[in-house]
Amino acid sequence: MKSKILVSAFLLVAAGVVDAQVTVSDAWVRATVPAQRATAAFMQIVATDGARLISASSPVAGTTEIHEMAMVDGVMKMRAIPGLDLPAGKTVVLSPGSYHVMLLDLKAPIRVGDAVPLSLVFESPDKRRTTMELKAPVRALTDASGGHRQP
Amino acid sequence: MLFFGYTQCPDACPTALARAAEVRKQLGSDGDKVQVVFVTLDPERDTDVLMREYTSAFDPSFLGLRGDQAATRKVAEEFRVFYQRVPSGSSYTLDHSVLNYVFDPKGRLRLLWRPDETAVQCVSDLRILMKSERPFWRFFS
Repeated sequence: MKSKILVSAFLLVAAGVVDAQVTVSDAWVRATVPAQRATAAFMQIVATDGARLISASSPVAGTTEIHEMAMVDGVMKMRAIPGLDLPAGKTVVLSPGSYHVMLLDLKAPIRVGDAVPLSLVFESPDKRRTTMELKAPVRALTDASGGHRQP
Repeated sequence: MLFFGYTQCPDACPTALARAAEVRKQLGSDGDKVQVVFVTLDPERDTDVLMREYTSAFDPSFLGLRGDQAATRKVAEEFRVFYQRVPSGSSYTLDHSVLNYVFDPKGRLRLLWRPDETAVQCVSDLRILMKSERPFWRFFS
């Protein structure tokens, strides 16, 4: 029984780990209504030795960008950024109100119950690139908890 | 309740609409006294169909309003809503102010909510407003 638990724990960890040093958890994508062509993916990333998220892609989207959001003097601003620095050992939270992976030119509506495949490309401090594949479950369009959920 | 935004906003706009839906729910039968209006600042991408699908996903009673570029500019100025199109990545995004206006049935502006106010706080504000709006002869009932 104990070994069974150990094995499943290992599989769980293996799903979101590249070179045992970048871990992605709590990934989710906001559902869309049929006429909507864009949505966002949110997650938490920890890079043990530091890294940089340099690109993302998904078969559900024609274009994928890394975005930063900021509230400046009561104005919400959203910008594409060339990459997202992941300081060593620090949990970087991609959530409503901070960063997200923007999925544009959607090929089909994103529905609750789906899992959206995502490829994330990380660059290590020694410029080695690794790609992580994961599947992010879809939460309701109306989900309001993302910005306030504790890591 | 009136606010401005765009459906491609993955963040502030769905959160504000979700809060408005939650407020109506928490008000119970008084929720029917609240009309939520969401005005798009991005009429180019937010089509009529998209606005209808989007607002009713949060609450079927919500109204989505869309004008042309000139009408949108005019209404935003009237409500002192700041917005501007900013090229970003492959297309553009919108910077926009995120205040939520509350008007009473006589059309007077009564409240401004910031995005960080919770549904519970908003409900408490509305209950106070609704109480003060009751006619005098019903005050002690």
